[in-house]
Amino acid sequence: MNDARFNGTDRYVATGDLAVAVNAAVILGRPLLVKGEPGTGKTMLAVEVARALGRPLIEWHVKSTTKAQQGLYEYDAVARLRDSQLGDARVHDVANYIVRGKLWEAFTSDTRPVLLIDEIDKADIEFPNDLLLELDRMEFFVYETKETVRAATRPIVIITSNNEKELPDAFLRRCFFHYIRFPDADTMREIVGVHHPGLKKHLLARALEVFFDLRDVPGLKKKPSTSELLDWIKLLVAEDIPPEALRSDDRKTAIPPLYGALLKNEQDVHLLEQLLFLDRRQG
Amino acid sequence: MLVDFFLKLRDAGVPVSITEYLALLDALDHDVCGFEVEDFYFLVRAALVKDERHFDRFDLVFGAHFKGMESRFDAMAGEVPLEWLRKLAERNFSEEEKALVESLGGWDRLMETLRRRLEEQRKRHQGGSKWIGTAGTSPFGAYGYNPEGVRIGQDGSRHRRAVKVWDRREYRDFDDTRTLGTRNLKVALRRLRRFAREGAAEELDLDGTIRSTARNAGLLDVRMVPERRNAVKVLLFLDAGGSMDDHVRRCEELFSAARGEFRHLEPFYFHNCLYESVWRDNRRRHTQRIPTVDVLRTYGPDHKVIFVGDATMSPYEIVYPGGSVEHWNEEPGAVWMGRALARYAHAIWLNPEPVRRWETTPSIDILRKLMDGRMFPLTVEGIDRGVRALGR
Repeated sequence: MNDARFNGTDRYVATGDLAVAVNAAVILGRPLLVKGEPGTGKTMLAVEVARALGRPLIEWHVKSTTKAQQGLYEYDAVARLRDSQLGDARVHDVANYIVRGKLWEAFTSDTRPVLLIDEIDKADIEFPNDLLLELDRMEFFVYETKETVRAATRPIVIITSNNEKELPDAFLRRCFFHYIRFPDADTMREIVGVHHPGLKKHLLARALEVFFDLRDVPGLKKKPSTSELLDWIKLLVAEDIPPEALRSDDRKTAIPPLYGALLKNEQDVHLLEQLLFLDRRQG
Repeated sequence: MLVDFFLKLRDAGVPVSITEYLALLDALDHDVCGFEVEDFYFLVRAALVKDERHFDRFDLVFGAHFKGMESRFDAMAGEVPLEWLRKLAERNFSEEEKALVESLGGWDRLMETLRRRLEEQRKRHQGGSKWIGTAGTSPFGAYGYNPEGVRIGQDGSRHRRAVKVWDRREYRDFDDTRTLGTRNLKVALRRLRRFAREGAAEELDLDGTIRSTARNAGLLDVRMVPERRNAVKVLLFLDAGGSMDDHVRRCEELFSAARGEFRHLEPFYFHNCLYESVWRDNRRRHTQRIPTVDVLRTYGPDHKVIFVGDATMSPYEIVYPGGSVEHWNEEPGAVWMGRALARYAHAIWLNPEPVRRWETTPSIDILRKLMDGRMFPLTVEGIDRGVRALGR
């Protein structure tokens, strides 16, 4: 397990606490649970860890209907039924109908992979409990073929959660935990710098100002986050918007241009318009 | 020293376990973090704390426990033997002294001298101006002042880190014993949402049918499952007006957070205490009232009931007929509360008043007894306990 240390990449800014948490998880082979506001780069973390350490990435995106068993393997009874009707010889061996899941794939990978279990909180409340032993011992038993699948090297497991459900204590005990805070202005500048090198300084300054102002507007349903800021700046650059257009003291263009990238909710846009309207009347 | 720290964390209400403690020791064993005290802090936090709501409490305990120990971390970092660098004193030098130690030569020369001194040195040494140690005027060692000095065993300027990470208390807002935000609230309320299968078999279990047919060697075996739906039904009674004005905003947050969570959520308003009528729209409270009897009759006993109110009023308003401040009530509020509680076995009262005032406010005490103690503070932690009580 001689992996290099992770310190962020040319596309991803990792703060000191995040790097420590990732390295702890990598070195000890324990899962890392990452929480944080939507759009702060939880999923990207796994992608970048895999890239930085030169490891293959196996992604398992969890949905509300996902079962833990699907990550291990599935017994494709339908195919077997059909084959039995057709008199296929394959039907006699049950192993032909075992479909491998992502965990199996990760356990049997030649090199130590990075396994991303994305949005674990979307699944049923029992989902994490069903994976306890598998993630702890990194092995599981296939009942149909009576074999045990065991990981040669413990994969680097990164689990993301949006806090929609509480995760069970027993599950949490087995993980390292990191909460990605919303970046402060300096980190944000660094992040934007990584994504848009060569961005004009005053455009960046103005854009960040508008962005943090917008986050401070009380009552927004969905505050814009890092990924929205990056999209917005991409648009600003593509449209060649001059920094002057972002000046918030200019009353007429007070709603930031291309705001659609920042506000994803018509109620929020409406709220902002109203606030600005009030502002204008008072001013 | 870590065992003490571990126990202190538990005392502070951070749920840490032996497993996590062992994981931390394992990580320290593997040199996961360097000798930077900040890295150590990050590692301990990642290993022991699994919920951002506990970060603030962790920061407090960490700050208290490791206060003054940062110097040891600094001391551990260098290759120079620990003993020499143990900090005993720190001096800021006068101008003459600075001039005195100025320029032993360039950088290369310094490193070369350092190497030789290290070889020469046999004893622990402190002060003086030639050998390596702490707080001296020799260009080597930490904590002293020499403009040309080589820093050993102390990374970064000690004057830079005026405020340590854990002292910033950036996670204060996440602590669940503090007042609520909508986000926290949603997390707590989601406990209530649980999928339950109830009622008769209603839909074809496609997977089950296929599986059992396949197992059955191709003979069709139809399986049915009950329809899957969120079975939690909630009646929400919100206190409106009067002494609740302070809390109305939080109640509305609770209300808006709750709305998305349940299939059946019926909100009603009352004033101070439950009487013979309630209303649904606070703006038309005087014109559109619904008899409480109708509410009790309409909604089955499988509903769970949440009262939200500060329960702060004159005790007469609860226990005497005609006690209400708004109208003449034939029967006391306590009777109506009793009726509602008899109908709905699962009921809680969420109270935005701080817990410490509950004992001293007679009306809160009365209502708490009426609720059989099922009154909880309107904090995330309180809601959590309340919801758990509802689930029982």
